[in-house]
Amino acid sequence: MTTRTISVGALARVEGEGGLEIVVRDGVMKSAALNIFEPPRFFEALIRGRAYSEAPDIAARICGICPVAYQMSAVHAMEDALGVRVTGPLRDLRRLLYCGEWIESHMLHVHMLHMPDFLGYAGGVEMARDHGDVVRRGLAIKKAGNEIMTLVGGREIHPINVRVGGFYRAPRKRELHALAERLERALEQALDVVRFVAGFDFPDCARDYVFVSLRHQDEYPFNEGRIVSSRGLDIAASAFDAHFEEFHVERSTALHARMRHGGEAYLTGPLARYALNFASLSPLAQQAAREAGLGPACANPYRSIIVRAVETVYALDEALRIIARYEEPDAPFVAIEPRAGVGFAATEAPRGMLYHRYRLEADGAIAEAVITPPTSQNQGMIEEDLKSLVGGFLDLPEEELRHRCEQTVRNHDPCISCSTHFLRLHIDRG
Amino acid sequence: MADSIGRRILLCVGNPDRGDDAIGRRVGVLLGSLAPLERVECDGEATRILAALEGARAAIIVDASFSGAPPGTVRRFDLDSEPAPLCADVGWSSHGFGLAEAIGLGRALGGLPPVCVLFAIEGESFAPGAPLSAGAEAGAAEAARLILAEFSPDRRSGGPSLSTGGEIAGPENAGPCPQDRKTL
Repeated sequence: MTTRTISVGALARVEGEGGLEIVVRDGVMKSAALNIFEPPRFFEALIRGRAYSEAPDIAARICGICPVAYQMSAVHAMEDALGVRVTGPLRDLRRLLYCGEWIESHMLHVHMLHMPDFLGYAGGVEMARDHGDVVRRGLAIKKAGNEIMTLVGGREIHPINVRVGGFYRAPRKRELHALAERLERALEQALDVVRFVAGFDFPDCARDYVFVSLRHQDEYPFNEGRIVSSRGLDIAASAFDAHFEEFHVERSTALHARMRHGGEAYLTGPLARYALNFASLSPLAQQAAREAGLGPACANPYRSIIVRAVETVYALDEALRIIARYEEPDAPFVAIEPRAGVGFAATEAPRGMLYHRYRLEADGAIAEAVITPPTSQNQGMIEEDLKSLVGGFLDLPEEELRHRCEQTVRNHDPCISCSTHFLRLHIDRG
Repeated sequence: MADSIGRRILLCVGNPDRGDDAIGRRVGVLLGSLAPLERVECDGEATRILAALEGARAAIIVDASFSGAPPGTVRRFDLDSEPAPLCADVGWSSHGFGLAEAIGLGRALGGLPPVCVLFAIEGESFAPGAPLSAGAEAGAAEAARLILAEFSPDRRSGGPSLSTGGEIAGPENAGPCPQDRKTL
């Protein structure tokens, strides 16, 4: 048996443990298991017994990179349970906040994680030594996303300005307009990023994914929409549990997910959103995608770097549209009366669809909470990617094989280090 | 950022809800207004660390470490002259970019302050919701003492650099204040 272990960092944000185990027999990959030990189960228990109004702030703490996604799914599910509908400028502000998160998350992934694979560097730090201007451009775009988060969310991490029914404070029109100039510059830079990454040398492959994402009749999905799939599924968020199921695998504390009918693994995230919603992208984003060589769908996971760049263009473009039409609301939130009920919501985190369900008591106390994060949903498909895409490279030296495995996982930017930091790779060659 | 030029900051890194990962923030609380530094708290995401350091003239960074040393052990690194033995994340997810990447990026892009000192305090338990361990609490107190000593007249007069490889001070048997050629 051959075992390789990746070293443990000497200084780190220690947040858990995970690993990848590959089993090879007679030169053939028998299994690939991505083990992620994630804590959202704790959050589900933590939320029980708390007031409905506390859920957005607690849920946001699940992740430091995509807190808006957790927060937005929580507020939409609560409003569904409480019979509240948020519209107009308040709804726009929520989309704007989501734009900020997509911009910062995508640019971090594109530049610091994915791009080094294509430019031949071990990581973003090494790449920055030779491509400082490229990295600075990426970080500048990311910073524009952070500025949206700070203005609309109150701070750039774990926003504190979001509440069920709206916001604690609505930004002034002049504050948003002051941001627009920065966003216009970032949009130009993001278009350059699309052109830049489109020139990379991509492995020639395509996977037969089952794509799942939200779809909205009027817009590229952030906060709302029906859940659709590339196999014809079209359901409301409230039907999620009837069509998808989480299940426990013995080797991990993290739940996996699959289609309830047929048991198939499925993929959420940029590739799925893009394939199922290309027509809803703005003309500018569509044009950028076409010029980058993308069709209306992309099934090559390595080319997801282009899709993320295109989605960044869209998010900046959409943010500017929202700012241009923004009128300050009469009140920053809609008044809410607690009542018993069950609420459902799915929103689109940068790395995939995120589903929440809550049951409330008559006084608004949370009796039950279910949170299904995108990484839980994507784990099965990531493992299938490893079997399909890495299986042909098992004769590579250990280090190269490890890199290939990492790159294949990186394609999907799993939400690992919210819960895990130490990852170990074991290759069992029998 | 132009308005941050000349700032001298105490950057307290870590997750307050993950046991000893909160050591850095604890040091900030212990120091309060005793140190002539602007306290900045950060969860540890690399680009946010870089943003906090941007334009600063001097920075002391405090973070938890996990290296096998006794809990509470304090190490001091002079980042502008010596590499600290930091291991970057293995790079599976954008969620893993932390202090190591921030320092690496800062060096590559010229974004580290002219004076940049890291105090790493060994943690023991990083469980969700756990309080600081006794060792970490002692280490935080020792780090606070060492940081205050950075501003003493003796410290400013210079002396042999202790930054190479990290000067180690145990929590229960603190050695003399680390000194080097840099002044804050």
